[in-house]
Parts: sequence; C-alpha cells; structure tokens
Amino acid sequence: MKAMRTPLRTVRGLGSAHEGTSHFWITRISGVALVPLSLFAIGLVFSLLGKDHAAALAALGRPVVAIPLILFVIIGVEHMRLGIQESIADYIHGELLKVAVLMLNTAFCLLVGAAGVFSLLIIAFGA
Amino acid sequence: MAELTLPKNSQIRTGKTWPKPEGATNIREYRVYRWSPDDGQNPSVDTYYVDLDDCGPMVLDALLWIKNKVDPTLTLRRSCREGICGSCAMNIDGSNTLACTKGMDEISGPVKIYPLPHMPVVKDLVPDLSVPYAQLSSIEPWLQTVTPEPAKEWKQSHEDRAKLDGLYECILCFCCQTSCPSYWWNGEKYLGPAVLLQAYRWLIDSRDEMTGERLDNLEDPFRLYRCHTIMNCTQACPKGLNPAKAIAEIKKMMVERRV
Repeated sequence: MKAMRTPLRTVRGLGSAHEGTSHFWITRISGVALVPLSLFAIGLVFSLLGKDHAAALAALGRPVVAIPLILFVIIGVEHMRLGIQESIADYIHGELLKVAVLMLNTAFCLLVGAAGVFSLLIIAFGA
Repeated sequence: MAELTLPKNSQIRTGKTWPKPEGATNIREYRVYRWSPDDGQNPSVDTYYVDLDDCGPMVLDALLWIKNKVDPTLTLRRSCREGICGSCAMNIDGSNTLACTKGMDEISGPVKIYPLPHMPVVKDLVPDLSVPYAQLSSIEPWLQTVTPEPAKEWKQSHEDRAKLDGLYECILCFCCQTSCPSYWWNGEKYLGPAVLLQAYRWLIDSRDEMTGERLDNLEDPFRLYRCHTIMNCTQACPKGLNPAKAIAEIKKMMVERRV
C-alpha cells in the first residue's frame, strides 16, 4: 500500500540518475547552431522562388549549400528528438508506454534525418 | 498520462448559498471550495456574502469573518496574518497567493477561493503538503561542512552574504510549487520551484562545503530538469522572489562543472 510508505520514501525514490545535464546542454548548443542554419535554409528557399527544377538541383548540389543543409537536417532532427523526449517525460507516466513511445520517437527522428540527408546526397552527387 | 479532467469523485458540485447578512449595505460575494472527508460527497463551491463594513480589507479577514459569523465549519490554515508564516496560501481569483496579503480590492467580481492546486485536500482549503515537505528535507536545507566547526561562528563576507538575498526570504508557502505545471504532472519526482530555490540557497552559501554532493543529488532528468522555464513560480510568489532564476542558476552550475 502506497499509503503506508513515508513521504520521504516516495520522494527519495530510486535516487538521483546523475544525468540530464548533457540533454540540457546539447539542447542549448543545438539551438544556438540552428539559429544561423535555419536562417540559411529559409534564405535558400527564398532565393529559389520562381526558379525551375534544374536550377534548384544545381543550387542544392553545390558543397557550400549541401553541407550547411545536411548539418541543418542532422542538428534539427537531434534537437527535435530531444524536445519530443522532454514532452514524453512530462506527460507519459506508465513505464512500459513511456519506453515504447521513446523508441518510436527515436525511430521517427532517425528516419526523418536519414531521408533528409540521403535526399541531399543524391542531389549533391547527381545519382 | 497527464490528467486533464477531474476524476469523478473530484468534480465540483454547486454548493450551498448562505443568506446575506441582515441589514448590511456593503456586501461582497465569496465563492469558496468546500470538501469534507467525512460525508462521502463530492466537493462543492459554497456562496457566502460578507459585510464589508464589519470586516477587514484582506481576503483572510473575509474568510475569518465567514468562519466566525456564518459557517464555523469552514476550514483553513492561518497563523501570522501578515505574510511571514505562509500558512494561508490558497488559490484566490485564479492565482496562488497568501489570503492575508491579498486585498479584496485587488479582485473584481465575486472572490473565488480554492485550495492550492493539484495537492490532495485534507478538508476545504487545507491541502496535504507532506510530499513538498519531504522534498524539502531531501535536499538537506542546513549548513554542511567537512571542516570542523570553528570555536566561534562561520565567517562570511558582505558580498557572499548578499548572494542569499532573494532566497532567504522564502517562507515555504508553496504558492510557486503548486502553480507549476511540471510539478502538477510529475510532483513526486520533480522537486519543484520552492524546493529548488531552497536547494540553490544552500548551493550558493559561501560557508557550505557540500556543493558538489548537493549538485549530485539534484542532477536528474526529473528532480531538476522538469523545469521548462514556464515562470508561473515567479509570477505566483507572494514575496516577489524569483524561483525560476534560482533554478536557472542551478542548471548553470551543472554545466559549469562539466564544460
């Protein structure tokens, strides 16, 4: 019975995990990196307005464009994964469900990231 | 999952409307949450009318007027009636604050009063605060040193003493703690703003030698990092303190010791 446990037993629980700071710090660092990378990506979209498919492929294939875009995808997806993980920790409390949703989150973000990077590489190497 | 609706036995009924005081011309309407553990009923909101010509200016004055003159069963905690004991913390007009320092004239329309949110209710406006008290004791809020105690006092410079300003004034009313959504969803694992402000008060104390151990104890995805800078804590604090800033300072210390 939970009622028979002392409040301190509940609060001390399984003890401190001695982590969480990496998660916090990587979220901040990736957030900072995403400021210029997002501006670059938005600027790129505007610069391609009105251009045809061939011109867009030519622009995306240049290393000075492809490299920042690949970084944008990788860092953006990792930032998204960390953010969704926080929401899951906030709102989902059943341990089994939580682990399942965390796995889904990781799988989803990996897929999005892999598809993005793969597409950019195809354009860059003209496959 | 987070619960967004009240469980069936917590849904609030319309309660009793008590008669208006006879002969009174200056009347204020109060709607007060009532729940008793003894009658098996759902909580209700009772309506009272307070004669302002016979009552002090604060919300606590009105509650005590109701208790003394209308309904002696109305249950609440109060002690100092001047904002230093933290006993009369409750949700007034949608915000957590102290009934004794909240003036009725600051509120428009009927005064709505509920217990502190998301805590088990003992009776009426009295919440069960045993979990936050246990959380406070878990951070060991007292001076700890390795150096043996000096014959006289532990010394502290004026600059180091000034670092405790904005922290030592906390009266542990838990207005901030119970205003925090992260605390609502993970209240048994997240330490909450009041307790983290106390933790920071000892982390920043120049005389304390257990800073590293204290940080170890806090470094946890739930104990500390459920804080998402929502800032309800700072908004709620009736003493004008800034728990959100104290938590941000703890996070900075966590980063500082590894970067």
